Amino acid sequence: MSAHEDNHAHEAHDDHGHHHHKETFVTKYIFSQDHKMIAKQYLITGTIMGVIGVLMSMMFRMQIAWPEEPNVLFEALLGKWAPEGVMDADIYLALVTIHGTIMVFFVLTAGLSGTFSNLLIPLQIGARDMASGFLNMVSYWLFFLSSVIMVISLFVEAGPAAAGWTIYPPLSALPMAQGGSGMGMTLWLVSMAIFIASSLLGSLNYIVTVINLRTKGMSMTRLPLTIWAFFITAVIGVISFPVLLSAALLLIMDRSFGTSFFLSDIFIQGEVLHYQGGSPVLFEHLFWFLGHPEVYIVILPAMGLVSEIMASNSRKPIFGYRAMIASILAIAFLSTIVWGHHMFISGMNPFLGSVFTFTTLLIAIPSAVKAFNWITTLWKGNLQMNPAMLFSIGFVSTFITGGLTGIILGDSALDINVHDTYFVVAHFHLVMGISALYGMFAGIYHWYPKMFGRMLNKNLGYIHFWITAVCAYGVFFPMHFIGMAGLPRRYYTNSNFPLFDDLANVNVIITIFALVGGVVQIIYLYNFFSSIFYGKKAVQNPWKSTTLEWTTPVEHMHGNWPGDIPHVYRWAYDYSKPGHDVDFVPQNIPLKEGEEELQH
Amino acid sequence: MDLTQGTLEEKNNRAKKMMLWFGIISLIMSFAGWTSAFVVSSSRPDWLKDFQLPNAFIISSVVILLSSVSFFLAKQALKKDNRQLTTLWLFVTLILGCVFIFNQFSGFQQIIDLGYNFTGPTSNVTMSYIYLIALVHILHVVVGLICLLVVIYNHFKQKYNASKMLGFELASTFWHFIDILWVYLFLFLYFIR
Repeated sequence: MSAHEDNHAHEAHDDHGHHHHKETFVTKYIFSQDHKMIAKQYLITGTIMGVIGVLMSMMFRMQIAWPEEPNVLFEALLGKWAPEGVMDADIYLALVTIHGTIMVFFVLTAGLSGTFSNLLIPLQIGARDMASGFLNMVSYWLFFLSSVIMVISLFVEAGPAAAGWTIYPPLSALPMAQGGSGMGMTLWLVSMAIFIASSLLGSLNYIVTVINLRTKGMSMTRLPLTIWAFFITAVIGVISFPVLLSAALLLIMDRSFGTSFFLSDIFIQGEVLHYQGGSPVLFEHLFWFLGHPEVYIVILPAMGLVSEIMASNSRKPIFGYRAMIASILAIAFLSTIVWGHHMFISGMNPFLGSVFTFTTLLIAIPSAVKAFNWITTLWKGNLQMNPAMLFSIGFVSTFITGGLTGIILGDSALDINVHDTYFVVAHFHLVMGISALYGMFAGIYHWYPKMFGRMLNKNLGYIHFWITAVCAYGVFFPMHFIGMAGLPRRYYTNSNFPLFDDLANVNVIITIFALVGGVVQIIYLYNFFSSIFYGKKAVQNPWKSTTLEWTTPVEHMHGNWPGDIPHVYRWAYDYSKPGHDVDFVPQNIPLKEGEEELQH
Repeated sequence: MDLTQGTLEEKNNRAKKMMLWFGIISLIMSFAGWTSAFVVSSSRPDWLKDFQLPNAFIISSVVILLSSVSFFLAKQALKKDNRQLTTLWLFVTLILGCVFIFNQFSGFQQIIDLGYNFTGPTSNVTMSYIYLIALVHILHVVVGLICLLVVIYNHFKQKYNASKMLGFELASTFWHFIDILWVYLFLFLYFIR
């Protein structure tokens, strides 16, 4: 027995030793340390938070379309915040705030990264589990706790936080500034602090697992692009989330201990407060140092998922594998030096503004590299139009549409004119909101068989995609026009301004699309939850993919592979390779005699 | 180095060490946040340009440097399987860590005695920053002390030896980090006005 084999036998023995303890209901389904179960926990918690977030958006859209008209739904759902069914102005702002917070952090950060990083990192790199199963479990339960606190904050007597998801001071720093600035804001901060801790623990685990626990032969340039995306996402998270924590602590000092980091001379109801000399712009800098990388934390995992799904369903290698990796790295780097483009109207020095404009526009280059690579991957492919593929193509579509307006908003001279209008709302919803959601849906349709051992209903998936796609554009396309016309975001009603009267009908149309698009998600939810129990049984490799997760048995087991971990001999994209009988060659199949590994 | 090689135990040990290093990077980023906010705020009209750091902070800098040395000596002793010496140096580190925290608080008192307040309506923002930064650093030292207590407990349970000392190494890396962090913070607060 050679030394190499000896090593290997030892490893296999080691692994089995760990996993022979008996599992109870609690250790299997609740305090599980198994990455596959934690992924499902993240997904289901994220889904519940997503339902809450979408319901909120449907409510405030109804208020915008039919301002200050009584609505039975408001009366039922908002209670005292909708006297006689008319929505209160304070709760409108709170709904917008919590919708943003929930969708950005709880659905598209934890729900997306948490689900797929946990599910796919060990499976695709060939590891038994994460580097630390215990920290992984802690990470999920901190996320759960922060979700619960965020939901509890909705029921506080004076109302939930209402300073916008960016919680700019002074609204967030002065407990007496408005109803939501009191207990609601406190709970928001507590919830987010716990969320940051959860996110950091998760990210640390993802990073070291990818670096250290790859199976033999799985070099960094043989990794699927999903793993690259999750890896870099985690790195961005580790670098940028702590800065939000710094800002939050300074904010808490201002709120509770009377310091003046972010506050200067302020009157509230005629009363002079003691604060002096501080500047909310400092908070904006600190916030957006996280806030901008955050949008890449949201979009990069979706990009990874889409790259993988597109290659698999085009039955073609991904086009420009190394360019894809390079563009992920470039985006990650640039994301940390562009935060100023959120603050062009904060009184920023125009020269500094032009620097931020320059760095921001540079991001168009790696983004365009990715978009063209996806399109060239599709080019002349043997396209398998299943729901996952449709959502992936939808992702590319919304990413390009939203990205184009990003070029306008990244330019300080243009941004100043449309800042804080619906143009901005349309831009970021398309480029990171809808795109990331499409990526998430694509991932769910693709990896559902891996998660639950059953297939989702394909026809319901088609209905889900097409109605969602039409509604998403129906909502956000017209927003560009009303934004150009000057309609500001976050206003409770636009009926008091004659100059916006002509836009009222557009708002009604947007709202109808939003309501239909929201209600249609019930089809998806039904499909998701009923397929867990009644879906068609999945085969081991339903999409004929090359990556390692499809070499594991359908029934989940601790340690992922029953025998030894497979070794890897080729990159992840050997689709339709000449010289093979089938149009895919899994990564664990050794090269044939005389076969060359593709130079990617 | 090919990181795909090695036994599961080697891989896991490497992963745990690396996890601490990435954790340290995230802690550095949060302190970078505070110190850069400090720099930005130093152009405020109410900024104190001529403040003196209290003497206690100088003493505590020396103390925490010494504690790093004693932790290092404890590790050297453990490597030579000299158990008594390891115990001695671990306790010296523990005591120096406590002295550091005590000194930091007497530093706060010295600042208050000079007539500055950290919080409340009479507070000065420069001092608020110093207080916040030093206090958050103390929190990290407390975490370090908890790790140290765990290490001492495990040491008494005879869990470490020259070839098996992962927990010990992790605690010592973290301890050296909070030491270097304080030295950085001290020099930063001393030179940046």
